[in-house]
Amino acid sequence: MSDSTRRSLLVTALAAGVSLAAPRPAAAEDDQPGADERPKKGDLLVFSEGEHEGSLIKPGDLDLGGPPLHAWPKDPTSSVIRSGSRLNEILIVKLDPGELDDATRAHAADGIVAYSAICAHAGCPITAWVKGSEIDKDVLKCMCHNSEYDPRQGAEVVFGPAPRRLAALPLAIIDGSLTIAGSFIGKVGGAQPG
Amino acid sequence: MKMKQWLLSGFVAFTCCASTAATAGSIDNYSPVTAARLENPEPANWMLYRRTYDGQGYSPLDQINTSNVKDLTPVWTFATGVVEGHEAPPIVNNGVMFVATPMGQVIALNAKTGDEYWRYKRQLPDDLFQLHPTSRGVGLWEDKLYLATTDDHVVALDAKTGKVVWDTKVQEYKKGQYLTLMPLVVDGKVIVGGSGGELGVRGYVVAFDANSGKEIWRTYTIPGEGEPGHDTWKGDDWKTGGGSAWMTGTYDKDTKTIYWGTGNAAPWPGETHPGDNLYTTSVLALDPDNGKIKTYHQYHQNDSWDWDEVDAPMLVDLQRDGRTFKSLIHPGRDAIFWVLERKANAINYVAGWPFVSTDVWKGIEAETGKPIVDPAHKPVIGKRVEFCPSLWGGKDWPSAAYSQKTGLVYVPANENFCGGFTGEKVPLKPGELWLGTKPEDIGLKAKPGADHYGELQAWDPATGKKVWHHDFPKSQLFGSVTATAGDLVFAGGTNDRNFRAFDAKTGEVLWQQKTNSGIMGMPVSYEVDGTQYIAIQSGWGVDAQRIQDALATNNIGIESNVPQGGVVWVFAVKK
Repeated sequence: MSDSTRRSLLVTALAAGVSLAAPRPAAAEDDQPGADERPKKGDLLVFSEGEHEGSLIKPGDLDLGGPPLHAWPKDPTSSVIRSGSRLNEILIVKLDPGELDDATRAHAADGIVAYSAICAHAGCPITAWVKGSEIDKDVLKCMCHNSEYDPRQGAEVVFGPAPRRLAALPLAIIDGSLTIAGSFIGKVGGAQPG
Repeated sequence: MKMKQWLLSGFVAFTCCASTAATAGSIDNYSPVTAARLENPEPANWMLYRRTYDGQGYSPLDQINTSNVKDLTPVWTFATGVVEGHEAPPIVNNGVMFVATPMGQVIALNAKTGDEYWRYKRQLPDDLFQLHPTSRGVGLWEDKLYLATTDDHVVALDAKTGKVVWDTKVQEYKKGQYLTLMPLVVDGKVIVGGSGGELGVRGYVVAFDANSGKEIWRTYTIPGEGEPGHDTWKGDDWKTGGGSAWMTGTYDKDTKTIYWGTGNAAPWPGETHPGDNLYTTSVLALDPDNGKIKTYHQYHQNDSWDWDEVDAPMLVDLQRDGRTFKSLIHPGRDAIFWVLERKANAINYVAGWPFVSTDVWKGIEAETGKPIVDPAHKPVIGKRVEFCPSLWGGKDWPSAAYSQKTGLVYVPANENFCGGFTGEKVPLKPGELWLGTKPEDIGLKAKPGADHYGELQAWDPATGKKVWHHDFPKSQLFGSVTATAGDLVFAGGTNDRNFRAFDAKTGEVLWQQKTNSGIMGMPVSYEVDGTQYIAIQSGWGVDAQRIQDALATNNIGIESNVPQGGVVWVFAVKK
């Protein structure tokens, strides 16, 4: 099942299940303190979509070579999921550590790397994991305007109009849990030049 | 989601964003824009999207003509400082030019010298996602101008200073609702229509009071429960059925009727929204006083190809078949050149023919004007379906022009493109793309052996004859066209960055200028102190670049890289 299909199924379930009764849990979480704050060192990661939405992502949930999982940070103390801003959505992908450049490997945990899911061009969500237009490897691709990022090279731009790489999020594995090891490196979100 | 964030961005926009680096001094003696001036604009000015309410895109100026256009020379240029698609016509009112650019910027310039009066820069929200980062221009009324923004506001600026007069939120950008069009101003009402046909919106056209920003009326392009046409939808499909309205309408000042084009049905495969789906892919006749739908014509039913018909029809008094009538002319994205007759309470089909090759239509029903679809080329769920032309159609939103001198319609067409995708049922997630297919599955294919793609065409709407065409072997054609009384047709639109002047009668290229970037903007003509000028924004992006990326993978010998960055170019004949 593709990533987007999994997401779709979940949204159906959500819409069918809760829209008539209580406010959506996500909306409630948005209003909680810290829900729109950027990820912090020590935050955990939870699925932002799919059948396991809201549950913790463990290293074993990732398949080597992708596709990426979409995640929100979660404050382990307050249990607040930081889904209050779309700028907090994160892409996590597990790659062969030998494929990563040194700087990328330094932020990775056992080959698992994390980046902002928001394209640096016009702020669209990055949804695709496809063969690059100009490199023969799978890349993170924004389908709005075709910007492509190589997650092995710190998500540098390898195709399209994006002016800069995606913001990276350092990871660590602590007590078997995938954990955020620092703040975003680089700017999150689209460009507003001029 | 966050009201406080909204308030903050509104506050910022109000207080900080009109820079006044007034190198050209202040704007003295600004000419207030009145209903009379918009209804009969002076030949020297370009104050409406297509200069006149009838949408013809025709300038009566003829100082620049077929005999001297070879001497057309840049007079001044101005860098906008932003990238992406520069689609707006430079708007000119008695020597003052207003240029709208991507990223919510308006620049006021001396139209003769190119010196800056002021610049407005909107602070767009950090979390905004812009599927179409562009603006198609500013509307004028009295001493104000009006910008529709990609974070879904309409902003009124003081024309003399660039200061914000009012700022009205239209809908919620976080749900994928946004604005890119040039507002249509009619009798003190600022009228806009929403974008978002790829994000599961229900389209609408809305009018605001030009002085206060207060909403006067809002008409949804998809009828609600109990309204006529609602029964062309099943279940709740109408709530998210598209019909966005993202281009400026045209206006019949005699009958006080606005003609507004509507977009694709959503999501793309028609199987996901069975029925005719009124009023998607239609033209609506609206009463400007109250927004009431007087009548309509739907170009094609149950749209499945993303063929928005948002480009409003041109109003032309047409002689055809031995009679003169009030026509609506619309070279459609659906590849059909439509000739309709507009009456007080009806829009009647007169004639239609394919202006580029298509395998989707088997014909047109003579009585109703409904095209007859070939089901083999209509996208469905679970199976890949190919169709010609592509998703971008025979002609996308860039405008055609009508010359009152030649009686011809000039169409920026694309030939020899086909598309295809596999439909899938995907539930809507607010604020995210909702196409009914995987975005990575969308294809654009050049027909094998095709000798050209972009094609500037001259059609005689009276006879249905193609009088001339100019073919572009290695490029799409993705820019609006303007005709002048100098028997010239101006167009950019190609990936070689050229801006061209064609002989309106023969199609011969009489002049061209390579510019900084590709041109997807609208050429205009104006006059200051007895000199005629031609102006255009050069700044490639959005769908011109999307097609470029797709073409580059078709092995036709072009690169995807067309340089970006906007520049306003102004030309005159060297004396």
